[in-house]
Amino acid sequence: MDTTKTFWLPTRASTFVDVVDPAFNLVMWMSLFFLLAVTAGVIYFVIKFRRKHPDQIAADQITHNFHLELWWTIIPVFIVLVLFWVGFRGYLYMSIAPHNATEIRVIGQKWSWMFEYPSGATSDTLVVPLNEPVKLLMSSRDILHSFSVPAFRVKMDLIPNRYTSVWFEATTQGVFPIRCTEYCGTGHSEMLSAVKVVDYAAYEEWLVKAASAGEGLTPAEFGQKLYASKGCSACHNIDGTSQIGPHWDGKWGTQVKLASGESVLFDENYVRNSILDPRSQVTAGYQPVMPAYKGIITDAEIDAIIAYFKSLQ
Amino acid sequence: MSHGENINYLIARRGFWSWVITLDHKRIGLMYLATSSFFFMMGGIYALLLRFELLTPTKLFVDADTYNQLFSLHGIIMVFLFIIPAIPAAMGNFIMPMQLGAMDVAFPRLNLFSYYLYATGALMILFAIFFMPGLVDTGWTFYAPYSIAQNPSVVMVALAIFIMGFSSILTGLNFIVTIHTLRAPGLTWFRLPLFVWALYATSVIQVLATPVLAITLALVAVENFFGVGIFDPALGGDPVLFQHFFWFYSHPAVYIMIVPAFGIISELITAFSKRDIFGYRFIAFSSIAIALIGFLVWGHHMFVAGQSLFAGMIFSFLTFFVGIPTAVKIFNWMATLYKGSIELKTPMLYVLAFLFLFTVGGLTGIMLGMVSVDIHLHDTYFVVAHFHYVMMGGNVIAFLGGVHYWWPKMTGKMYSEFWGRLSASLIFIGFNVTFFMQFVMGSLGMPRRYYSYDPEFQIYHVISTVGSWIVGVGLFMALFNLLLSLRSGNNAPANPWGAKTLEWQSASPPPVLNFEEPEKVIVVTGPYAFDSDKSRISNGTKTYQSEKV
Repeated sequence: MDTTKTFWLPTRASTFVDVVDPAFNLVMWMSLFFLLAVTAGVIYFVIKFRRKHPDQIAADQITHNFHLELWWTIIPVFIVLVLFWVGFRGYLYMSIAPHNATEIRVIGQKWSWMFEYPSGATSDTLVVPLNEPVKLLMSSRDILHSFSVPAFRVKMDLIPNRYTSVWFEATTQGVFPIRCTEYCGTGHSEMLSAVKVVDYAAYEEWLVKAASAGEGLTPAEFGQKLYASKGCSACHNIDGTSQIGPHWDGKWGTQVKLASGESVLFDENYVRNSILDPRSQVTAGYQPVMPAYKGIITDAEIDAIIAYFKSLQ
Repeated sequence: MSHGENINYLIARRGFWSWVITLDHKRIGLMYLATSSFFFMMGGIYALLLRFELLTPTKLFVDADTYNQLFSLHGIIMVFLFIIPAIPAAMGNFIMPMQLGAMDVAFPRLNLFSYYLYATGALMILFAIFFMPGLVDTGWTFYAPYSIAQNPSVVMVALAIFIMGFSSILTGLNFIVTIHTLRAPGLTWFRLPLFVWALYATSVIQVLATPVLAITLALVAVENFFGVGIFDPALGGDPVLFQHFFWFYSHPAVYIMIVPAFGIISELITAFSKRDIFGYRFIAFSSIAIALIGFLVWGHHMFVAGQSLFAGMIFSFLTFFVGIPTAVKIFNWMATLYKGSIELKTPMLYVLAFLFLFTVGGLTGIMLGMVSVDIHLHDTYFVVAHFHYVMMGGNVIAFLGGVHYWWPKMTGKMYSEFWGRLSASLIFIGFNVTFFMQFVMGSLGMPRRYYSYDPEFQIYHVISTVGSWIVGVGLFMALFNLLLSLRSGNNAPANPWGAKTLEWQSASPPPVLNFEEPEKVIVVTGPYAFDSDKSRISNGTKTYQSEKV
């Protein structure tokens, strides 16, 4: 998969690669040329005009050269105009989505991604068809995040109370990392997902399956799936070690000590309340950082997570 | 004060209290130098700690929250407590009035007040770090809404920056008035040393841009205390507006950091090449041009923040035009070396390091100015590397060069050339090891401010961390070399480098009034008149720079 990765640039997997990579390479080689020219010039002068005996004065005191100064101003101006134009043309192409693009909603929150398809299907990974334009309509549920797929050369911030959008057309089948690139606190570097590029037939098949997420699974199995897909796993481990949030291993039926000093029984109502309004019952020793899932999780899904908890004893 | 008391400013008055209430710009400059250097060390230690954590892709010795606090404190301390005051307030305060042939700045009391405003802000930040629960973890950019209604520590730090902003504004105002009114007879604008021109441009930015930062922080306070929705989307505010305000200050602020560094380089490169500067007027005006154009490019920090296509185009276009005067300055400095008599003393090594590192920083800035390329590179380590090549490779290297250049003047002592050159070389090598790899991993997609990361990036992080140790060793070596010179260094002659600017025509360290007979200073040539050997001060000579032949 990684055969298209170079020293400087990651795997090539979208049509944007054709506008970004040549622009990057153009300006990078031009920069290297100027850097080498300046460095070589400085080293040459330092060696050639090095003071050989203590009283040596400068051989000349040249303070002006009109033509030299004119040219070393005009040439860079032309160069940057060309670079501006190359960068701007790529930006135009990357900014304007084709009319036939499939629209997918992207919702970011601390510290997970959710993708909503027109069919009503939701997923924690972004599955997109190969060689088809896809437009993402994005927003954040809490603070700023940024959607970035290095292999696609795509990046755009997610903002609360406002929509932003990006589009792309994937050119390679495979799985590519999605990373949050706008600092968002404790779990910023865990706010990861993946984009899976499949051919159109597989995409349609997946859509049907995704629309009926819990079908054919036991409640606990569905709960386990939700544990990964709803972002729980970014903060809660199930192996008995704790990171940002308390771990889930063997908690069912125990007494939980809260930051307020009270204790509460780890039961159905505690789980339900901790999902919908997490800051009302924060476990002692942890920060009140979990976002509320009110409105983005269904009762059936909560039931499944409760079943999953019971299975973790 | 009669001339009888016009002796070495360091011993003219003694005791702790004589420093606390001093109005002498030289002493205030030294106080700024000591304070900001302390914070440079503190910010540097945070940098070493966070680089150490990044040796492994997962937890090594601190958790995610602590890591976030480390990089936030590193950024806040380096930007607001070190880089912004270090060159203008420390070196500028000491050197600029001497280069004007003045006895002090225009408003000495205001100058001391500015220092205490800065010290107050600094103490508040120390208090927030060591005595308040919950450390600031917002990054130095304080982006809303994450920074809003966080913890009291963030409020304290924001208030401290608000107060230090006034220190910056008042220092800028003081310098502008000083440069306008206190130039010695004959010191016309085009006879000013380029360091003075650079400080003038910097002061203009400080006076015009810093109030916007103060307004922004005041709006954050209004929002917090009165519930008026300005930046917080929960109250109907717009977080992108915060970014506009923030960068409207902070982009010009990077020129507050780098323009005075340009001034230092112009001074050092002439002194150690024994050459008049090439293209004096261009360099002088380009400082002003950079200061003004710098106000119009803030949107290039927001190409992926949801601003309009049209805004993206304008900001990209203007950004390239800050690059032009900067590039031409590099050519001017190169041309100044041409046919010179170049001596590779410690300060000159910093100049050569600057020319390389700042060129890398500038060229990668051009790369980031191309919008399509920026979309890929934005918020990755490529930006981190670019920023450090400009701020550390540019500003800090020039600062270190300036400290080594003016140290004999400020303290009257010579440091060891051997250790000076060795530390400069270590810093240069270590810096490149640390930051060059960050360009590579950034363009490969490694995001900034990540506590844990994909193992594919580990090799780059390991190299970068090893580089940070080399820089650390180099910086401590430079520090010890300078401090040891105070105890055991040789006494410095008045003009150890054979430089031509006015400050070197006075004793080392200078007398309280800067010159033996300050009222008799008359300037008759440009600042770098190396074509004449008659410019030494001698008893009875009233002109400090001789006529050009």
